[in-house]
Amino acid sequence: MSESRLVIPVGEHDHSEGAANAPLTLVEYGDYECPYCGRAYPIVKRLQKEFGSTLRFVFRNFPLSQIHEHARAAAQAAEAAAQQGRFWEMHDLLFENQQNLGNGDLLAYAKSLHLDSARFEKDFSDPAVVKHIRDDFRNGVRSGVNGTPSFYVNNVKYDESWEFESFKEWLLSSVAA
Amino acid sequence: MSILKAGTKAPEFSLPSTPDQKVSLSEFRGQPVILVFYPADWSPVCGDQLALYNELHEEFAAFNAELIGISVDGVWCHLALAKDRKYHFPLLSDAHPQGAVSRLYGVFREEDGVSARALFVIDAEGIIRWSYLSPIGVNPGADGILAALEALPKREGVAS
Repeated sequence: MSESRLVIPVGEHDHSEGAANAPLTLVEYGDYECPYCGRAYPIVKRLQKEFGSTLRFVFRNFPLSQIHEHARAAAQAAEAAAQQGRFWEMHDLLFENQQNLGNGDLLAYAKSLHLDSARFEKDFSDPAVVKHIRDDFRNGVRSGVNGTPSFYVNNVKYDESWEFESFKEWLLSSVAA
Repeated sequence: MSILKAGTKAPEFSLPSTPDQKVSLSEFRGQPVILVFYPADWSPVCGDQLALYNELHEEFAAFNAELIGISVDGVWCHLALAKDRKYHFPLLSDAHPQGAVSRLYGVFREEDGVSARALFVIDAEGIIRWSYLSPIGVNPGADGILAALEALPKREGVAS
């Protein structure tokens, strides 16, 4: 299909790192249990370091829950942590511990971040949190997400290699454009 | 050979889904059908593509649409894949004669003997409303399918 674009622009509802007016916005649709997303995780970190204030990074949920049994719960854990302002810490913990995403593990990560456990558990199954994840998923499909991870650079789907060097080159050329 | 286009009547077929069961297109008259032709079971791109469609079970059900996968793999191979990936939809075997149904739809690859990666949305009357041939190594996603389902005329008799 021709060029796919984000149907929902990056906004208030998103989790983002970096300045809103950064010349580059990188959006990832990802699944915490997906091994490819796990491999992309340190690459994105390196890109963030490399580009500094030039790059804003946004993560949206795309749990493939039929093949990854913990993917949806992991996404809920990150969204619940977000309710206490700790989305990115949880996001990082999940990707750094992809093999351990059972409910007990998720609770332990919440504790290690000193989250209010009762509130975390309540937010974890809050219908608004569940809906947020579902909305990310649906909008992702409409934007042409065809697997995970799917990346968008300044609203346009990036279908080339996301290995560090190739991705970096592409971002450099995008910022110059 | 070129892919059948929108407006064409979808050719009838009857293909095995298990060693002792066949599925015919005409069984689904009265509801939309999404036909997904793909090259091979277990190959990574198809895996991702079918995993995505499996995840969209509810979205397709909202259109009362049935999704059917077709490749030239045998029924045992299909059964093993469907069980492993927990698919909610049938996989049909176009193995004998190899690719016969894929040929009817204009999506058989003579050069390597497999189905191309192609999508069809067929309406409740059995007319193709949308078709798409994807490059073989590219997962076409589901946005085209959902747009085609949305564009189908609303069924008569559905309360407005």
